[in-house]
Amino acid sequence: MSKKAGQQSLLLDPAPFLSSAATVAGPMEGKGPLGGDFDLVYGDLRASQKSFEAAERKMLQEACSLALEKRSFNLADIDYFLSGDLLNQITVSGYSAAALGRPYFGLYGACSTLALVLSWGGILVAGGFACNVLAATSSHHCSAERQFRYPTEYGFRRPTQAQWTVTGAAAALISAAGESPRITAVTIGKVIDMGEKDSFNLGAAMAPAAASTMILHFQDLQRNPRYYDLIVTGDLGQVGAKLLRQLLARSGYFLEQNYNDCGLMIYNPAVQQVGAGGSGCACPGVVVLGHLWRRMKSGELKKVLVISTGALHSTTTLAQGDTIPAVAHAVALEM
Amino acid sequence: MAAVPEELKITAEEYRELARKEKPPPPLLFNALTAFFSGGAVCLLGQVIQNGYIAFGFSPEEAANPTVVTVIFIASLLTGLGLFDHLANLTGAGTAVPVTGFANSLTAAALEFKKEGLVLGIGSKMFSQAGSVILFGVVTAFVVGLISALF
Repeated sequence: MSKKAGQQSLLLDPAPFLSSAATVAGPMEGKGPLGGDFDLVYGDLRASQKSFEAAERKMLQEACSLALEKRSFNLADIDYFLSGDLLNQITVSGYSAAALGRPYFGLYGACSTLALVLSWGGILVAGGFACNVLAATSSHHCSAERQFRYPTEYGFRRPTQAQWTVTGAAAALISAAGESPRITAVTIGKVIDMGEKDSFNLGAAMAPAAASTMILHFQDLQRNPRYYDLIVTGDLGQVGAKLLRQLLARSGYFLEQNYNDCGLMIYNPAVQQVGAGGSGCACPGVVVLGHLWRRMKSGELKKVLVISTGALHSTTTLAQGDTIPAVAHAVALEM
Repeated sequence: MAAVPEELKITAEEYRELARKEKPPPPLLFNALTAFFSGGAVCLLGQVIQNGYIAFGFSPEEAANPTVVTVIFIASLLTGLGLFDHLANLTGAGTAVPVTGFANSLTAAALEFKKEGLVLGIGSKMFSQAGSVILFGVVTAFVVGLISALF
């Protein structure tokens, strides 16, 4: 049976299988170094839809269909659809759930959503409450930019520490029976607020949450960073990743060559102007379920720890002078 | 703001200090130089247009208004073509401060909210970025006008 380990972690036993994964990406992501690992790349940010919001929904639904197709699953085989995104009232997920017609858990965790849906999917399957769960997330540069910052065509010079919201969607099929990798453990994070107020510096706002969840993960499961072939955070970017290393070092954990950040992997910063790296739900979504999933399948990686981090502010709270709370969740994937 | 959990061996104040240190400093010299040259280029363009209107028979005072309108048109067109945001990222304050930035903020908002309808979309939200410029511009003009009328 599944059991709680330590303060915040859960050992999933029998460990559910991440038996299928599919990713859809936008034009910039397709031109990045991982472009070849995405199942479908759109050259058009609108994906032939009337709005960016509709394009994001199309991408999410397409990622879901592709994940099912790969294992010849039908929608009827899915017990629950778990999804979340960045837009107000997580409308991308809600509208997609309407199109899919399966029982739906809508989860909001901002950019931590990937680990959130994988955790919950894993818990439902390991707990015997479901045989097959479809877990998905998405983000779109233009819909997120418009909601959180300025109109998309508004001109301004982006600060160096700003990150670039990834356009794309990712979906995973979590099953009681299937093929590895498996979700062996999850750590659910606390919400942490260190007082950061700069919405262009979310890496700094989220690094403490990532550090807290990673430390608890290692303590609860009596592991250290070397246990994993690769540890990836979702979208801390250059600034956040540096801060994370320093925070972990203070608690006696040292991240070495086996650490990376999805926001630093997805683009080619020498050619693509993306500031401090990628961000958004789709950033860890397409990197983990597109790129890393393939590397695990090929046997190159056996144990991967995914920590995705989310900033839980809104434009209203920031305009009223409040600080940015953040959360991080961790998911251990093993072959 | 919540308490810092015990697994993090740092106080909120220490962390903010650390975060401040890791935040890359704004490239001031680069920003100033690009603003200087691009802002100068916008002004040069404006001057060329103004001289054009003068050559057409406008007086130098009369030529000012059509010049501003022409520059606004160019900036709005570039916004509509999806080029202005890239140009602004390169030029910084050089295109943001002149009337080009104002025109862009109006056109960008109008484009963005077009899908929400003519009245509640474009009509209400077109001034979401530029509204405060208009408000405080009008108020300042009123106060300055009052002072100049009185003295």
